[in-house]
Amino acid sequence: MTVTPPARVETDLDEEFGEELDRIRSEVIAARGTEDAHYIRTVIATQRRLEAGGRIALAVSLFPPAWAAGTAMLSVAKILENMELGHNILHGQWDWMGDPAIHSATWEWDFLTPAQAWKHTHNHLHHTWTNVVGRDRDLGYVVFRMSGDQRWLPRHAVQPLYNIVLAPLFEWGIALYDLEPDAVAAGRKTWRSLAADLTGFLGKAARQLAKDYALFPLLAGPSFLPCLLGNLTANTVRNLWAHTIIFCGHFPGEVRTFTEDSVEGETRGEWYLRQIQGSANIEGGPLFHVLSGNLSHQIEHHAFPDLPSNRYAEIAPRVRELCEKYGIPYITGPLWRQYGSTWGRILRFSLPSVRTIS
Amino acid sequence: MPAIPALASRLLTVASWLASPHTPDDYLGLIDPLLGARCPVGRVTAVTPETPDAATLTIRPGRGWSGHIAGQYLPIGVEMDGVWHWRTYSLTSVPGRRDGLLTITVKAAPGGTASPQLAHRTPPGTVLRLGPAQGDFVLPGRLPPRMLWVTAGSGITPVMGMLRTLVLRPPPHPHVVLVHSAPTARDSIFRSELDAARQRLAWLDYRERHTRHDGRLAPQDLERLCPDWRERETWACGPAALLDVVERHWRREKPARRLHVERFRLTPVLPRIREAASRSPVVFTRTGTEVAADPASPLLVVGESAGVPMRYGCRRGICFGCLTPLRYGRVRDLRTGELHQGSGQLIQTCVSAAAGPLALDA
Repeated sequence: MTVTPPARVETDLDEEFGEELDRIRSEVIAARGTEDAHYIRTVIATQRRLEAGGRIALAVSLFPPAWAAGTAMLSVAKILENMELGHNILHGQWDWMGDPAIHSATWEWDFLTPAQAWKHTHNHLHHTWTNVVGRDRDLGYVVFRMSGDQRWLPRHAVQPLYNIVLAPLFEWGIALYDLEPDAVAAGRKTWRSLAADLTGFLGKAARQLAKDYALFPLLAGPSFLPCLLGNLTANTVRNLWAHTIIFCGHFPGEVRTFTEDSVEGETRGEWYLRQIQGSANIEGGPLFHVLSGNLSHQIEHHAFPDLPSNRYAEIAPRVRELCEKYGIPYITGPLWRQYGSTWGRILRFSLPSVRTIS
Repeated sequence: MPAIPALASRLLTVASWLASPHTPDDYLGLIDPLLGARCPVGRVTAVTPETPDAATLTIRPGRGWSGHIAGQYLPIGVEMDGVWHWRTYSLTSVPGRRDGLLTITVKAAPGGTASPQLAHRTPPGTVLRLGPAQGDFVLPGRLPPRMLWVTAGSGITPVMGMLRTLVLRPPPHPHVVLVHSAPTARDSIFRSELDAARQRLAWLDYRERHTRHDGRLAPQDLERLCPDWRERETWACGPAALLDVVERHWRREKPARRLHVERFRLTPVLPRIREAASRSPVVFTRTGTEVAADPASPLLVVGESAGVPMRYGCRRGICFGCLTPLRYGRVRDLRTGELHQGSGQLIQTCVSAAAGPLALDA
């Protein structure tokens, strides 16, 4: 496998393609309304009820069925909180409601990294420079080599091992990544601003860690240890899940990467093309889509990062049809296949490769 | 007893750590929205028609409501098609009522968005967002012996809140002249209650004027309706045309007494710079910078080239890193042509351009 240059359609087609996608976008914006608002509030209420239920059950988790039920509820609550709520609200997908309680400027999530830091690295850097080697730090999260356009270094030989360690500790990985220590080393970020970011991270992390590993276990009294283990399990399950969905949305085999030269002077249509070719979908049922934060529709998310997530499922067939019409690959598959393919890529690029096309 | 609030506040602090990164309110609000204090709400308990186009909404406020002074207005958030719209209405209820209820009286503006919904299509049980009561058009703590209230249309509402409050005060009451204008008797809000009050209260002199028949209130009418107007502390509320007349008249006559004016719509302070019609003056309120912006330049670029420190992100409308509150004016989304307006609305400066004079909180 080699990295191929981005497929460029002829200029007029490219323009037409962009216009068709813009039309989908404006149709969704015009249709947003009561039902969408009801949807996000239902997810919020469900998440909070599950979290409260999970915490209560874990308070009496000396009783094993309570442990199982509590851990399951808390795991699902944390997954919903991160994926369908945190990720999407912080993208500004729900800002149109004008609700200060559900707004990208005010929302904070149950994740070690503060919302503000994440919005910068994710919404700004990643979504602007999707899969551009050297610009998109998410392309390998600094430590992985995910494209033949990235230089092979000896440390990449052990990247399958990094991935095994990263998955259960994903929120720690993201928190460190959001501090951008690599940017300080490269001189793109000052020590002073690193210190400020570190202070923000430590404050946030202290609250999150105190809650899960001290306060709730202490309140559980005799159930201290099972409660603590339940919380640890829920966080780990959430981390494994988030890691799986995010890696499967970006790194299955055929997902393309781009060079800085190829994106210079990019048109709106070309921008859409890059977003679509740089992402991969995961097939599944409605519950699977909600639990993945609709990032199972990663292609639609990357084309329209600020449209409400509950709309991706309905526009996905149209985006796919357009891709077929214009001969653009639309990468999708069931979770097991995308997962296997992602691992294939991690293994493949852990070895030096011969670049056939540059 | 003081041990209990101290304990309660300590418990809330602990609970806030447990609910982190949210607040205990977010969970209480699931049981009943009125239990949440972070975004105060109220539930409509009754809707009473007043005139063909005005209705009184009785509202039970939730835990976050912190009270008001007679005469103040209340920001109300009403949800329509999933979007919260904010409007302000004068409180017409007496502060600190025993049943804890509030009332506002809403006149449906022809062609309006939120007011027809509130006046005509708000079933009891509807939950509304409540902002904090605001405004200094209020009944003073120490009452002057003689007062004059000049109102027109729905300008009667804050004065109604003051009157109802005065009625409940122990005597002696100040002498009050209320001169109210409405197009016809049928359009006169609170007419029967005011008529009854005039007959019952020796200290209230209620004068109603029907502008469709008698014409608009002019300064000379005031001489006739209230000859001692110079000696009275005056409160005026109504359409801008009436208030302009009143303010001019008071300035000209220089009466010793103070004049209190309540305008429902603030007249924005426009930037001083005026250039070619295609360019709009933009004020950055924090830095005090004023520049002219053309309708095609993103406000982020406009601000940056004028040396204003602006929040920025992707510069292409994706990341919402540049959200900046609009103070007044209108902006156009360069991507969709959609117009955004409204004080306090957060706009994406990287993809929004000026659509007329505006001010940004930057």
